[in-house]
Amino acid sequence: MTDATPLPNSFMNQPDERGHFGQFGGRYVAETLMPLILDLEKEYRAAKADPKFKEQFEDLLEHYVGRPSPMYFAERLTEHFGGPQIWFKREELNHTGAHKINNCIGQILLAIRMGKTRIIAETGAGQHGVATATVCARFGLPCTIFMGSTDVERQKPNVFRMKLLGAEVVPVTSGAATLKDAMNEALRDWVANVHNTFYIIGTAAGPHPYPELVRDFQSVIGREARAQLLDRTGKLPDVAVAAVGGGSNAIGLFHPFLDDPDVAMVGVEAAGHGIETGQHAASLTGGFPGILHGNKTYLLQDEDGQITEAHSISAGLDYPGIGPEHSWLHESGRVKYVPITDNEALEAFQLCSKLEGIIPALESAHALAALPALAKEYGPDQIVLVNVSGRGDKDIFTVADALGVTM
Amino acid sequence: MSRFTHAFSPERAALVCFITAGDGDTAANLDALVEGGADVIELGMPFTDPMADGPAIQEANLRSLGKGTKTADVLQIATDFRMRHPDVPLVLMGYANPMVRRGPEWFAESASAAGADGVICVDLAPEEDPDLGPALRAKGISPIRLATPTTDAARLPTVLNGSSGFLYYVSVAGITGKQQAAIDSIEENVTRIKQSTDLPIAVGFGVRTPEQAEAIAKVADGVVVGSALVELVGKYADQAPEKIRELTSALAKAVHNARETAA
Repeated sequence: MTDATPLPNSFMNQPDERGHFGQFGGRYVAETLMPLILDLEKEYRAAKADPKFKEQFEDLLEHYVGRPSPMYFAERLTEHFGGPQIWFKREELNHTGAHKINNCIGQILLAIRMGKTRIIAETGAGQHGVATATVCARFGLPCTIFMGSTDVERQKPNVFRMKLLGAEVVPVTSGAATLKDAMNEALRDWVANVHNTFYIIGTAAGPHPYPELVRDFQSVIGREARAQLLDRTGKLPDVAVAAVGGGSNAIGLFHPFLDDPDVAMVGVEAAGHGIETGQHAASLTGGFPGILHGNKTYLLQDEDGQITEAHSISAGLDYPGIGPEHSWLHESGRVKYVPITDNEALEAFQLCSKLEGIIPALESAHALAALPALAKEYGPDQIVLVNVSGRGDKDIFTVADALGVTM
Repeated sequence: MSRFTHAFSPERAALVCFITAGDGDTAANLDALVEGGADVIELGMPFTDPMADGPAIQEANLRSLGKGTKTADVLQIATDFRMRHPDVPLVLMGYANPMVRRGPEWFAESASAAGADGVICVDLAPEEDPDLGPALRAKGISPIRLATPTTDAARLPTVLNGSSGFLYYVSVAGITGKQQAAIDSIEENVTRIKQSTDLPIAVGFGVRTPEQAEAIAKVADGVVVGSALVELVGKYADQAPEKIRELTSALAKAVHNARETAA
């Protein structure tokens, strides 16, 4: 937190008209894409003001995704830690098994509204790819998913899911062949097919207006959570916790609480093998502000501005950047960001499975791994709200491998 | 500024050539471009994530970084070039992050000291000009912008505002490399853009052969060739300078004589 920066009156009125969250965000794209980005912004404003768009979005969230997702009191984890009451926002129960679908529904409705006839997306672990392929199947649009060839290899079940849903999966071999490279390739495809193609970005990052619209579509998480907790406990949470890769589940949970001064927030970054090893994906803890993939934000990079490879056991967090609004919330001090290692996440993964009968995604396990520290900080009459953003079925092979188990 | 004025003369079109710094024997490759007749040099600054580039230039970026090329090396290559070729306009071309990493003033100062005349920052939209433009202009370096087939009349003034040197017209909506634009579309767009600016217009993306270059030189002030040259570096490594000289000289002949054959 910079001492010279005065606190804003509200944390909820970002970005500004140029798409900036403080110094972050913006529109750093090749000229070919600029007219399209400006058009998308205009169309998004119109959609936001259109009651029919809202109605269709909410109808699909209810009947197709299965919202509202439950608010669950994690009784045995609460007993285990002997501290604050632990509540779960159950995003893992959504159709396709994660929060990603909320955003995909919103963006495909926008694509259709703009008359686009082809969809592209990038994916890391494959969750966003599956969610995108799902909405494309539902609306009958052809769909191409770019996925690093390393990820294609380690996420085979999701590759098959995408193909079943009718998507074409393009393995990307450049760079380390992971999420960052998949995003580069998606941008290259988009720039060559701007006339008919809509790019469904999977996280709250990229050129303006993506960080804003992804946040808005995901904010259903925080709005529901707020109402559900008030209804069940008569209170707001004392602290809300979520994992942050690009940061869409976290910003979706946090945003509706940003102007509640008594609600603290913790974003959990992937510390991989440990920040000190250099093998991590913690952009805020271990990175510096820079420009990549259309926005200015904290990035893992060297002294020359070359992007360095991220590492996390969780493919969904394995990205060297973070959404620009998180960079701003970090610098303004409104949200505290903490690093959690692969091993800490693995422990939380197993603990949650055994005590609650819920196998969380490795991404969500990072958020759960913040509980031991929070349990010491908060008392029994206080509430910790954790976003369980996805289910862990996709991760069982990775976890077995990490634990030395042969299946 | 004066170097650009000299390169883009009203009498003949200019040949603008791109290669990536730190890929192959860059000094020898640059000399081959000048000897072959290139009028303007674009020196690519390698970046880990060249998302507007096709396979040829992507690979050149990775080859260069794989050899450990640093920003300091790129600037040294430029400095040495300027010593050997005091009159040839030199443009640094690349992506925003390596340019702004140490602050825009640092980059503008370093580029100026290295003798650069212009900078093309591919992913810095005119809307984000404050990140680099003011620092470059303060040092007398031309921010060179890109216009594309999607840049319509309403948007063109935004692109032109604050730019100088020349305007780079990207002839196809796509990445650098193999696509080719129809000459009719190029002529139509160049004519359209000319109504809004006095800057010379150089046309690039997908230009590979002397025939293509000649056709474009009849309707534009300059022709940009990149991927075809970069591929020679990838293919011939230390033997590349000779091949580069051959291709450049065929391109230069076609570009420089295009107006005569037009009549």
